[in-house]
Amino acid sequence: MQSSTTPLKPDVSRREFLKTSGGVALMITGTGLMPLSSVTSNANAATATSQNAITAWVELLKDGSLTIYSPATEMGQGSMSALPIIFAEEMDADWDKVTVKFAPQQPEVYGRPLFRGVSQMTFGSTGVMSYFPLLRQAGAQARYILLASVAKHLSVDSSELTTSPNKVIHASTGREFDYGDIVSFLDVPNVIPTIPDDQLKNPEDFRLIGKNLPRVDIPQKVNGTAQFAIDVRLPNMLYGMVERGRVHGAKPTLKNESAITSMDGVVGVYRLEHGVAVLAETMGSVFPAKHKLDIEWSDSKPTGFNSADAFALYEKILDGNDVPENIDGVESSKVLIDDGDLETTKANAAKTYRIDYKNDYVYHAQQEPLNSVVQVSADLSSAEVWIGTQNGTGAQEDIAKALGIAASKVTIHQQYLGGGFGRRTLSDYGVEAALLAKEVAPRPVKLTWSREDDLHYGMYRPATLQRMEAYTDEAGNLTGFSHIVVGDGERLIADGTDIHGYNVPNHKAEMHIVPHGIRVKHWRAVGHGTNKFAIECMIDEIAADQNIDPVEYRKRLLEPRALATLEKVASMANWGETLPEGRAQGVAFLERSNTLSSGICEISFDKDSGKIKVHHFWSAHDAGIVIQPDSVLAQIEGGVVMGLSSALDEQITIVNGEVQQSNFNDYPIIRMHELPESIETEILKSSAPPAGLGESSTPLVACAIANAFFTLTGKHLRHLPFTPDRVKQALST
Amino acid sequence: MVAYTIDITCQKIDITINNSHLLEAENMALVKININDKDEQIDVPEETHLLWAIREHLGLTGTKFSCGIGACGACTVHIDGVATRSCITPISAVTDGQKITTIEGLSSDNSHPLQEAWIEAQVPQCGYCQSGQIMHAAGLLNENSKPSKQEIVKHMSANLCRCGTYMRIAKAVEIAATSDEK
Repeated sequence: MQSSTTPLKPDVSRREFLKTSGGVALMITGTGLMPLSSVTSNANAATATSQNAITAWVELLKDGSLTIYSPATEMGQGSMSALPIIFAEEMDADWDKVTVKFAPQQPEVYGRPLFRGVSQMTFGSTGVMSYFPLLRQAGAQARYILLASVAKHLSVDSSELTTSPNKVIHASTGREFDYGDIVSFLDVPNVIPTIPDDQLKNPEDFRLIGKNLPRVDIPQKVNGTAQFAIDVRLPNMLYGMVERGRVHGAKPTLKNESAITSMDGVVGVYRLEHGVAVLAETMGSVFPAKHKLDIEWSDSKPTGFNSADAFALYEKILDGNDVPENIDGVESSKVLIDDGDLETTKANAAKTYRIDYKNDYVYHAQQEPLNSVVQVSADLSSAEVWIGTQNGTGAQEDIAKALGIAASKVTIHQQYLGGGFGRRTLSDYGVEAALLAKEVAPRPVKLTWSREDDLHYGMYRPATLQRMEAYTDEAGNLTGFSHIVVGDGERLIADGTDIHGYNVPNHKAEMHIVPHGIRVKHWRAVGHGTNKFAIECMIDEIAADQNIDPVEYRKRLLEPRALATLEKVASMANWGETLPEGRAQGVAFLERSNTLSSGICEISFDKDSGKIKVHHFWSAHDAGIVIQPDSVLAQIEGGVVMGLSSALDEQITIVNGEVQQSNFNDYPIIRMHELPESIETEILKSSAPPAGLGESSTPLVACAIANAFFTLTGKHLRHLPFTPDRVKQALST
Repeated sequence: MVAYTIDITCQKIDITINNSHLLEAENMALVKININDKDEQIDVPEETHLLWAIREHLGLTGTKFSCGIGACGACTVHIDGVATRSCITPISAVTDGQKITTIEGLSSDNSHPLQEAWIEAQVPQCGYCQSGQIMHAAGLLNENSKPSKQEIVKHMSANLCRCGTYMRIAKAVEIAATSDEK
């Protein structure tokens, strides 16, 4: 199999739209069959087919080769392989004959039900879990059509036919048809039924799902041919960069326009609401022009804001006698969860614990700086966009709005993403390029953010304060707890306040939103990274106070599937065995995107430098049915590495509204020499529906480290990241 | 004469980018370079960094831009076999006789032992840094065909991977370094 990112070429003449039935449409082309799924009406399907030549899941050619369309974006998580494998499994396709292409942006065809409609957005580790039932059905329907065609051709009943990879077999006469052979006599039933679940493959018969197939994108990623948006080069293309305010939201006044426009290679200078753009003939001339811009910036919301002072404000909100809503800076407050009866639990508590946890801002640092290429037609009526986005539909809509044209006039050419981690669900970097391309239409514009641009004008995981209050009974059992989170970002900080997997009857979560004007965004695992840190550290603190081993304490609280992951990881790490002097282990559990995960780390630290060393990291996960086990291991390993980096070092600080870091020299990402000696992962066998795994391990890391440090020293690390200074400070308390 | 040496002191590691194999820049607008065994002439301002000449003028886009300060290694190419950060190397510092190799010049069919090892270990995730990782690893193997695990880790710590593929990178370099023993 192979992959291809060639843009789809319209070829309307060879296509005939046939019919829809029960949410399924079918198209036949001169070259093969293309079942359409998720189509709710003839009108929708007709619209879909008029926009693109290929608007369905599979194309089958006479030579038996197949093209399967992957609806999700590929940013390293492996969806481009896993999703087509699900389809190919049920179609009984020969994977070696499969080419994978990105599906176009047509949620009505390629989306899956999410929230209030259908969506093709790639986020929250939802790709496999949300597409699994849909792609099994679509694949099974494709197989059904092949079987029905052969049945008619041989005048036999479909029930006499079986398939083996890429073949339909009539066992009683020994006749076999390669899938490609069927194209010439393909006969499409008037009604394509929904295949009942009991007629889908028995998971025990899976020959692709659960096996390790090489990822389709990897061969292109070892020879430089994988195309990212930044690699797109079009004839007559201009290069653009934008200088944006170091204080988010500041408005620019350009002081030296003529000095810039007179520079070699500069085509023009353009004022955007939030910055000043330069267009030039070459990358070599746009950089110096950008650096030479002399801009006066207005004050804006973050002016005067210091991230270090935010926590004092957050504490004031929680400590004060006044209700938070009345305190200056608080925009709104919300009860997120209110299970059981916390007031009574609190009144009856034998012991009450109150602990605060904090975290600083962190940056995505996806390795491909944001960029896009946009060409607006000469009459300004349409646009073509080459972009790596987690949300192609959102990019299409946002760019259309910025250009004042219909979304249908914007064509998105999805490219590989050089990392996403949540940053790329918003396509502001596509909108900027579109606005510039409009100025010079029809010349294409490649807009590139420098690393400094990407960091300064980043969208960070917000800083928060979590105030935890926990209650235990006479026996030390956790009877309930309250979790109040304060910070900026609303849903970003609400996420992960749940306690899925734990059986704690009384639980209340609330939040107070304090906007600072700093751009904030989803960051791998979103609020789980910070809220689980608070929950998991609190559990260890209670267990220690009750003189109960933290693994044993969690065993009392966890539901069966969750417990199995904890027992597994405890056994992997030999939890409870004597460790070398100066070492300790720490444990954590969490649920993210339905995946249940337990992790244990083993650490030591250097008293003089305050540097923590993680020696080993073990984790066990129940993610339901796993499509690509090795790809899952890669996600867990990478997630642990990102978790280590963010727990130990990563920190965005803001002084008078200005982000203080600039690049990888002062925003350090973990490097190979700082890795643990081992990262060991076990995926528990499960027949449950697939869960999302891409974000599961990252949030385990900080909790496990802090808990290990507590065991080792009796001291608490309650503020992320655990920089050497903070470690030394904790030791001195 | 040494053109320049750059020490990038990150908070976590001192990286010394050795550019002693490059000569003092000379003023020129039409630059002749030999890249992937092909002679090329490009008309660029002399201060243009090699990265942009390679990517935007010659269209060899496998070499990536990521930090622009030589801290991450995504832009790594070889100059006379030495792993070099093209984002901080002015085109004018490359002299006529020197040979530049990019990821595209490593092999055209993924047959280089490092590429084979990278596929075997299923290293890349997003893949953006991987050209640089492979070229940096190839630089190591040019100097030391049988590096120890410690030597691999030390050398490869110069390159960043945000997806966190480090364990697999180390494994792949080991596989490649021992591929002739199979």
